[in-house]
Amino acid sequence: MTPPGRQAPGGGPSRRGVFLERRTYRRRRMADAAGLLPLIGAVLLMIPLLWQGGGVTKTSHVMFYVFGIWALLAVLSALVSGILDHDRHADADADTDTRAQDKNDAPPPPGTMG
Amino acid sequence: MNTHNLLILICILYAMLLFAVAFAADRAARKGRGAWLSSPLIYTLSLSIYCTGWTFYGAVGFAARSGLEFVTIYLGPTLVMVGWWWILRKLVRIGRSQRITSIADMLSSRYGKSNTLAVFVTVFAVIGTTPYIALQLQSVTLSFAVFSGQDPTGMTIKNLQQPALWVAAGLVLFTILFGTRNLDANERHHGVVMAIAVEAVVKLLALLAVGVFVVWGLGGGLNGTLQTIDASELAEWRVPGGRWVGLTMLAAAAFLCLPRMFQVLVVENQNEGHLRTAAWAFPTYVMLMSLFVVPIAAIGLKLLPAGSNPDLFVLTLPLHGGQDALAIVSFIGGFSSATSMVIVAAIALSTMVSNHIVMPIWLRLTGGSLMKSGDVRGVALLARRFSIGAIVMLGYTYFHFSSGGAALAAIGLVSFAGVAQFLPALIGGLFWRGATRLGALAGLGVGFVLWLYCLFLPSFGAGVIVPVSVMADGPWGISWLRPYALFGTQGMDPLIHAVMWSIMLNTAAFLAVSIVTFPRPVERLQGAQFVNVFEHSSRAGHWTGGLAQSEDLLIMTQRILGPEEAQALFSGEARRQGLSGYLPEPSTEFIERLERELSGSVGAATAHAMVSQIVGRATVSVEDLLAVADETAQIMEYSSRLEAKSAELARTARQLREANDKLTQLSEQKDAFLGQVSHELRTPMTSIRAFSEILRDGDDLSRTDQQRYSSIIHGESLRLTRLLDDLLDLSVLESGRASLNAQEGVLGDVLDRAVAATGGSGPEFRIERDPAAERIVLHTDIDRLAQVFINLISNARKYCDAPEPALHIDVRDEAGALRVDFIDNGSGISVPDQAVVFEKFVRIGQTRSGGAGLGLAICREIMNRLGGDVSYLPGQRGAAFRVTLPHNLRIAAQ
Repeated sequence: MTPPGRQAPGGGPSRRGVFLERRTYRRRRMADAAGLLPLIGAVLLMIPLLWQGGGVTKTSHVMFYVFGIWALLAVLSALVSGILDHDRHADADADTDTRAQDKNDAPPPPGTMG
Repeated sequence: MNTHNLLILICILYAMLLFAVAFAADRAARKGRGAWLSSPLIYTLSLSIYCTGWTFYGAVGFAARSGLEFVTIYLGPTLVMVGWWWILRKLVRIGRSQRITSIADMLSSRYGKSNTLAVFVTVFAVIGTTPYIALQLQSVTLSFAVFSGQDPTGMTIKNLQQPALWVAAGLVLFTILFGTRNLDANERHHGVVMAIAVEAVVKLLALLAVGVFVVWGLGGGLNGTLQTIDASELAEWRVPGGRWVGLTMLAAAAFLCLPRMFQVLVVENQNEGHLRTAAWAFPTYVMLMSLFVVPIAAIGLKLLPAGSNPDLFVLTLPLHGGQDALAIVSFIGGFSSATSMVIVAAIALSTMVSNHIVMPIWLRLTGGSLMKSGDVRGVALLARRFSIGAIVMLGYTYFHFSSGGAALAAIGLVSFAGVAQFLPALIGGLFWRGATRLGALAGLGVGFVLWLYCLFLPSFGAGVIVPVSVMADGPWGISWLRPYALFGTQGMDPLIHAVMWSIMLNTAAFLAVSIVTFPRPVERLQGAQFVNVFEHSSRAGHWTGGLAQSEDLLIMTQRILGPEEAQALFSGEARRQGLSGYLPEPSTEFIERLERELSGSVGAATAHAMVSQIVGRATVSVEDLLAVADETAQIMEYSSRLEAKSAELARTARQLREANDKLTQLSEQKDAFLGQVSHELRTPMTSIRAFSEILRDGDDLSRTDQQRYSSIIHGESLRLTRLLDDLLDLSVLESGRASLNAQEGVLGDVLDRAVAATGGSGPEFRIERDPAAERIVLHTDIDRLAQVFINLISNARKYCDAPEPALHIDVRDEAGALRVDFIDNGSGISVPDQAVVFEKFVRIGQTRSGGAGLGLAICREIMNRLGGDVSYLPGQRGAAFRVTLPHNLRIAAQ
C-alpha cells in the first residue's frame, strides 16, 4: 500500500498550478468583488457626514444621494451575484470539487484550499 | 357600524385570510406540490420581518424627530446583505451542515456544545425580545386608538387593552398551529413562511400606497413635496457622525443576531443559492420601504396640527385627507408588520427555551427513564407550545404594565443593542479558531451587564429602577460609574455611549479570556469545523468506544422522532450499508449522522448528551485532531488513514464472521431438520406399521379394538399428510409455481377469521384491535393472507411468555403501503435469533410445540408472492412482526 500523501486526489497545493484556469480565475475575482461591495457601500454612505462642515446642506439632496447609492448597491449586488451564480452552474466550483472527493477519500489535509 | 367594529371585522377577516394561506401552503407542501414555496423570492420576502410594526409606524416618527437618520436602521442590514459572501454564506453553510436550530444553538454548538452558553443566550434573548413584542402590541393598540379618536363614542387607552389581548391570543393560536407542526426545527414551516411572505407584500404595498397618496395627493407632486421638505424643520442635514455610523453598525449587528432574523436567515433557509437573490432583492425591499418616509414626515409636520404624534402620521395623514379606505389599508400594513414579527420571534424563542432549558431539565429529572416511542418528541413539542404562549403573554404583560409609557418607544433600539452583544462571540466563532467557550461566556457576561446598567434599566426613566442619585452622581458617588457617562465619557448620546462601551468591553473580554484559556478537544474540533466549513466535509464529533447496540439507539431515536421517522431512518441506513431489516451497523458515520438528525430536533447539546448516554463517551480521534492541528499533517494523516482502514477491515471481518456464523447455523439447522423430518416421518410410520400388522394378524380382535387401531392409523397418516403438505407448499411457493386466487375482502374480516381460527380472544390470551382502522378493502389472495395472519397469531399464542399474554394488532395506512403490526408483550426474540427467524426449519429456543419450523418461512414466501413483506420489528417491548402490503392491493378505503 502506498502512503496516501500529497499525490492523493484532492491533494495539497503542490498539485495545483500557479495559474488558475480562466473561468476559475474570474470566479475568484467575482468573489473578491462580492466581498468588497459592503466596504464600498459603507465608505460611500459615510461621505455625507463630510458635507456638514461648511454651510447648510439640504436634507433632500442627501436623500437623493443616499437612495442613489442604495439603488447602485442593489444593482451591483445583483450583477455580482448573478455572475457568481452563472459560473457556479457553468462549471463545478472548486469547493464542491474537493468536497465531492471527500466522500470517496479520507478527508484532505486542512488548508488545501489555495 | 362604527369604525371600531369595522376595524375589528377587518382584523378578523385578515387573520382568517392568513390562516387560509398558511393552511393551503402547508397542505401543498405535504402533498409535494410545494416546490414554489421554497423559491428565493419567498425567502427574501420572509426576511422582511426585519421591518416590524415599530419600523412601519416608527420610521416616520423617527424621521420627524431626527430627519434622515432613520435610514441607518435599514442601511446596516443592506450592507450585511450586500456582503453576504463574507458572513451570511458561512453562517448558512454552517447552519445547514450542523443542523443549527437557533442562535443559542449556534453559539452552543460552536463552543463545544455547551449548554451553559445556550441557556445564557436564551435568557438574554428572551429579556431582549419581550419588550419588543410589547412594542408590536402597542403599535396595534395605538393604531386602533387613532380610529377610535375619529369615533364619536370615544375610547380610552384602557379599553384598548382588550384588542391587544385578543391580538396576542390570536397570534399564539396561529404560531402554535403552524409553527409547531414538526419537531425538526430545520424543517421549514411552510405555512408560517408563506403567511409572512404575504404579510411582507401587504405591508410594502400599504406603505407605498400611503406614500404615493401623500406625495401626489397632499404634497402637490414631486416638486411640491421637495419644497415642503426644504421648508420644514427637517430641511437641514445635520446628523451627528457618531450616531450615523453607530446606528448603521448596530442595525447590521442586530440583523445578524436577532433571534427572529437568525430563524428566517439561517434556520429556515433551504438553499444557499437563495442568498444570491436576497443579496439584491432585500436591499431593494427595504429601500422601497423607506422611500416615502421623509416626505410623509415632512408633509405630516406641515399639515397636521402641532403636537400630533408623528409615529402615527402613516395613519393620520390619509384620515386627514379624507381617505378612510387608504387609512384602513395602512392599518392593515401596520397590523401585518406587527403580527409577522411576533410570530417568528415566538417560534425562534420557543425553540431556544424548549431545547436549551426545558429539555435538559426534563431529561435530568426523569433520568431518561420514561422509555416510550415518541415521548421525548411529545414533551419537546408541548414545551415549545407552552413557551410560545408564555413568551407572547410575557410581551402582553409587559405592555399592560408599561402601557402608553414613553419607555416603549425607545425600546426598539435598546433591544437591538441587547442582541448585538452576541456579535463578538458569533463573528469570533466563525473566523477565529482561538475563540473559546470561556471567552464567549466572559464577553457575553460583560456585554450583558453593561447593557443592563447603561441602557436597559435607565430606559425605564430615572428613578424608576435606577435611582436618580445614581444617574446623576454614580453609585456611591463615584462619578466614573454614572450609567450615561461611564469612565468620564460625558456628553455622548446615551444609546451610542452604551453600545460603544458594551460592545468594546464585550469584545475585549472575549478576546482576552479566549487567549489565556485552553479549549477542550470538542471545542477545538467544532472550532475547526466552523472556521473551515468550506474546506472540511461536515463531520461533528467522533464516536468510538465499542459498538453501540443499534437497538438501543433505535429505541432512543423513536423517543425523539417518533416511530415512523426513526424506523425509516434506520432501515434507510441499513439498506445503504447493504443490510436488510431495521438495524444498521452502528458505524461512526451513522452515529454522527444520527446525532446531527437528532440535533435538528432537540438542539446540539441535548442530542450529544443523549447519544453519549448510549454510545459512551465521545472521543476525538486522530483523524479529527488533524483538522485541529495543521502541523505534521502528513504523517498523522497517513496513520489516521491506516487506522480508518483497519477499523473498516475489522468491521468487514466482523460482518464476514457474522455471515459465516449464520451459514454454519443454517447448515446445522438443516441437518437437524433432516433428522427431525426423518423422525417425524418415522414415528407415525412405525405406529402405522405396528397397528396395521396387528390388524392383519389378529383374528380375534373385537370390533371396538379394530376401530381404535384403524383410527390411530388414520390419525397418524393425517399427521404425515400435513407435514408433507407444508413441505410441498413451501417448495411450490419457493419455485414460484403457486397460483394466486385474487378476490376482494375487508382486512377486518380477514383478521376476524384469523383470530377465530386460532381460538379467539379471551382472558387467557387478549387480542387488542382497532376495528375502525381495519375497514380497508383488499384485492388479493385472501386465503393466503389469512394463512399468514393465522400463523403470526398462533405463534404469539404459543410463544408469548408474559403472565398475562396479550397481542396488539396495529393497522396503519401509510402513503406507500399498508402496515399491519403484530406486537405481543412477551420477552421478544433475541437479536441473534432475529436474523434467522424467517429461515426454514428454524425453531427458536426449546421446542415446546410440535411445529416443524416451517410456518414463518411459508409466511414470508406467501407475502413475497403477494408483493408485500413480513419482517421482524425490533425495538418494541415484545416480539413484533410487521406485515407490509403494497398499496395497489387496496382498492379504496370505506
